[in-house]
Amino acid sequence: MSFPLLTVTAAVPAAGAVITGALPAARRGAAKATAMGFALATLVLAAVVTGRFRPGGAQYQLTESHSWIPAFGVRYQLGVDGIAVVLVLLTAVLLPVVMLASWHDADLPAEGPKDKRRPAGAFFGLMLAIEAMVIIAFEATDVFLFYIFFEAMLIPMYFLIGGFGQKYEGRRAAVGDSADESSVRRSRAAVKFLLYNLLGGLVMLAAVVALYVNAHSFSVPALQNAHLSTTAERLIFLGFMFAFAVKAPLWPLHTWLPGAMGESTAGTAVLITAVVDKVGTFAMLRFCLQLFPGASAWATPVVLVLAVISILYGAILAVVQKDIKRLIAYASISHFGFIILGIFALNSRGQSGATLYMVNHGISTAALMLIAGFLISRRGSALIADFGGVQKVAPILAGTFLVAGLATLSLPGLAPFTSEFLVLLGAFEHTPAIGVAAVVGIVFAALYVLVLYQRTMTGPVKDGVTALKDLKVREIAVVAPLMALLLFLGVYPQPVLNVVNPSVGHTMSALHKQDPKPTHPVAEAINGGSR
Amino acid sequence: MNSLLGLLIAAPLLGAAVLLLGGRFVDRVAPVLGSALAGLSFVLGAILFSNLLGKPASGRAIDSDLFTWMHVGTFKADAAFHLDQLSMTFVLLITGVGTLIHIYSIGYMAHDEKRRKFFGYLNLFLAAMLILVLADNYLLLYVGWEGVGLASYLLIGFWQHKPSAATAAKKAFLVNRVGDIGLAVAVFLMFTTFGTFTFQGILHPSVVSSAGQGKATALGLVLLLAACGKSAQVPLQSWLGDAMEGPTPVSALIHAATMVTAGVYLITRSSAIFNAAPTAQLAVVCVGAVTLLFGAIVGCAKDDIKKALAGSTMSQIGYMILAAGLGPIGYVFAIMHLVTHGFFKAGLFLGAGSIMHAREDEVDMRKYGGLWKKMPWTFATFGLGYLAIIGFPGLSGFFSKDKIIEAAFAKGGTEGWILGGAALLGAAITAYYMSRIMVMTFFGKPRYTTKAEGGTSPEAHESPAVMVAPMVVLAVGSVFAGGFFSLGSRFLHWLEPVTGHSEGHSPVSTGVLTAATIVLMLLGMGLAWFQYGMREVPAAAPRSIWPVRLARRDLGQDDFNHAVFVRGGTRFADGLAEFDAKGVDGAVRGVAGAVGGGSSRLRKLQNGYVRSYAFSMFGGAVLIVAATLFMRAV
Repeated sequence: MSFPLLTVTAAVPAAGAVITGALPAARRGAAKATAMGFALATLVLAAVVTGRFRPGGAQYQLTESHSWIPAFGVRYQLGVDGIAVVLVLLTAVLLPVVMLASWHDADLPAEGPKDKRRPAGAFFGLMLAIEAMVIIAFEATDVFLFYIFFEAMLIPMYFLIGGFGQKYEGRRAAVGDSADESSVRRSRAAVKFLLYNLLGGLVMLAAVVALYVNAHSFSVPALQNAHLSTTAERLIFLGFMFAFAVKAPLWPLHTWLPGAMGESTAGTAVLITAVVDKVGTFAMLRFCLQLFPGASAWATPVVLVLAVISILYGAILAVVQKDIKRLIAYASISHFGFIILGIFALNSRGQSGATLYMVNHGISTAALMLIAGFLISRRGSALIADFGGVQKVAPILAGTFLVAGLATLSLPGLAPFTSEFLVLLGAFEHTPAIGVAAVVGIVFAALYVLVLYQRTMTGPVKDGVTALKDLKVREIAVVAPLMALLLFLGVYPQPVLNVVNPSVGHTMSALHKQDPKPTHPVAEAINGGSR
Repeated sequence: MNSLLGLLIAAPLLGAAVLLLGGRFVDRVAPVLGSALAGLSFVLGAILFSNLLGKPASGRAIDSDLFTWMHVGTFKADAAFHLDQLSMTFVLLITGVGTLIHIYSIGYMAHDEKRRKFFGYLNLFLAAMLILVLADNYLLLYVGWEGVGLASYLLIGFWQHKPSAATAAKKAFLVNRVGDIGLAVAVFLMFTTFGTFTFQGILHPSVVSSAGQGKATALGLVLLLAACGKSAQVPLQSWLGDAMEGPTPVSALIHAATMVTAGVYLITRSSAIFNAAPTAQLAVVCVGAVTLLFGAIVGCAKDDIKKALAGSTMSQIGYMILAAGLGPIGYVFAIMHLVTHGFFKAGLFLGAGSIMHAREDEVDMRKYGGLWKKMPWTFATFGLGYLAIIGFPGLSGFFSKDKIIEAAFAKGGTEGWILGGAALLGAAITAYYMSRIMVMTFFGKPRYTTKAEGGTSPEAHESPAVMVAPMVVLAVGSVFAGGFFSLGSRFLHWLEPVTGHSEGHSPVSTGVLTAATIVLMLLGMGLAWFQYGMREVPAAAPRSIWPVRLARRDLGQDDFNHAVFVRGGTRFADGLAEFDAKGVDGAVRGVAGAVGGGSSRLRKLQNGYVRSYAFSMFGGAVLIVAATLFMRAV
């Protein structure tokens, strides 16, 4: 038996979660160092997985398969395609960055009741637990195995949202908000998150059972060849899609996200939107499109319209938000609209673009949210109106925030542009009107980013901002790699596309689809002649 | 030579990287380093130019394919550059005027503590603008297109602590983004139609016509939308006046000489598409004609010297767009006017900057007057630019603008008379508003009291040599470029292989047109002299009749935008936010409540029992699935 690389990649953060969580509360430094060590080890493993993966080889590689519950044909079965590989790597890259950014977020406050806070070990342990579950969800090629972790990751997420709020440096500033009020709001947001996702999970569970009843297997490769009746395929598809659309989230199932991201720490918010939610869109590609190609094509018109609504709706609502983190949350709803638009364009530009979009959105949102977190913790408020003129006192913070913002509005030269362009092109190839409607989103994206920048960073320096300090060395260490990635993938996204493209090809053949051909192709003599 | 092409762009890009990331270490060398790299870029451009001249006219092109940017299936986007006569013309204009303005800025920005960033942004602009004109496909052009938009945003808002500057920067970016939609859709449409979006692939008459006139018209219209945004043409013109919040060298380089002319480049470059789409061409000439009058009228009413010049810029680009819309009879003259305008308008803005430099950033012309004695060099160079722009016989504008007026008449029919008439009228108004600026600024008695005289204004003085020298160079160009280009139609012969050219037949003879233009010009000058030269200029704008008030308010453009987009949009968005909180969320909560057994139960949950509830729900789910599977297995 070969070395179970995929299992180990998920097991290392899982072990890290247990060890970090078990450390005594007093040993805060040790807990943080341990957690960071495990996160970095996971990153190395993810890099090895990426290195061992051969683009263009078998659809699922580095496979492992063991019988688990033979009675129902449930197997512990892992394997990665190109899409899973880049998402595992993204997760492994983001975790250490998020941890470094959250380094002091779970420290006990200088004042206030000590019993109100949980120890740092729990905070970082929960993060590692989420990482482990997300990675195994990306790797699972057994529907039941996937389902278990798809649901299980709600538990650590729930505690992260409900248990750890934004920590402010020094005193709680003039926000007019007592600790109790904010903790009530926080637990409400956590509950909402849980209810939504549990409901999605329950519906999916019914569909999972129905799938087994109809196809007698949970194995993804086997199910790709299964024949379901049209009605069964459509019903099961809807069950899966509902759960993924809650998680992604797709309009109108999005309302849990702003609260969850707004009330939790910046690091947790990044985990929600850049890591956990990606499982939803990933699962649309892997399960909806590959297992239910007929039903996916059947549902496409509705999903595309919902995706366009998400894009515009999220962006417009982002413009009028008063809270920085909620603004970023609505922006994410808009971005998930783009990702889903690309997936259901059912062509290779759309799907490769959507996969690349997941990666780029992960990086750009992490950058924007984490820098916003640095800003918020300094001021003691997340309200946009409490800021103004920050660029004067903290130019590096303002400058990097602007770069992250420009990435968010998909400026060419930064990573998100490439994926947004591919997604929009794919949508246009599918239905020009949908593509054009979605393009309008780029104006609103510019609006919410530039309004946010203008109100917080420019103008005269506001009271309460005058003593704001610029980024510290630790914070620069968080931001610099993200900036470098944004720039690199903006100029040269091809390494990611090379890994993703062949896997999208597999999906395309599962869909029995081919890319649309140009209506009036340029004659070969003119097109190919010059180069 | 191919590698020189990459180097041409790399030089300013490197400058931007070093200056923006270098921190305080490079503060001292920033102005010189930035200017030197711009100069290097110009030298490389000149070498490439001489290389092109050495080739036969039909084969003057250099290609450089750097790497594959994105590749998915049959979709392939390359980072590849194409230098031909059209892009060469732009390269020399951009790097030439660009270098002069870098040098000028050494003096102008000498006392600004953020000098390093300023030169970094200027270098970034040069790099983006060079990508725009050298790209060999529409997607890479889009990169440069948004890149110059970014540089423009950063430089308009350079003094970020001023709320007006930050607002103007945001407005410019947003309005440009509306135009960018057009360019994005153009690329999509090209790819789905032709399977490619490279110039070499698409821009052949036979290729464009194979798709039919409908597609060509659609392409033309979306490209026009893009051009309107970048070139501040009606209806996307509203950002340019506000863009004057940026430092004056920026107004000269980006918002007069180069970036705002990108729309003219786009249309001229896409000539194969427009030639096949008469409807789109009609839209182009309409936009051009309307804007040339719109900008000119606004220019008449402004007391802020930079805003008056901005109105003029809009108007002059209107001329270029009009010419480009005329098709092969106009392309060459659109570009020729673009180049001569680059000289005289950059010169005029630098002159305005020189005055502001001397007068502590005073821009109100009502507080100028009699400056010719105090600032002889500025007066001389500004004066030559003034004569050039109004089309004084023998100077640059005379040659390039007359050709456009002639071509407009040559369009023939009623259209020809309307367009030609608009262009002629524009020439008269140009003479009026430029003479107004000239008279209010340099002639008459000083309308300010210096500190020595017990007032608040500083004593006006001539600017340092580092600022005067670029103004002199530009003045030389303003005087001679037009004549030089027209000598033996050399500009025409140079560009013709790329843009094509056909002679039109004007219903009015050239001699009559030239005479009419000169008479109208003199009328405009005379009127301005009568109004502002013969009488005292009041220190505050008098209350006047409604057309003047309307013109002063930019013909109501911002009032309209505010009422429709800002207020309407805000109301819509607020309504949507309420709907999101009550409607969507409420509906979903209602469903959840029903599932959970009524809303009272839900309230209880939210009061603290929720954790146990949630986990019992999860546990229940696991139980159900286990039971189901077990039953099936047994």
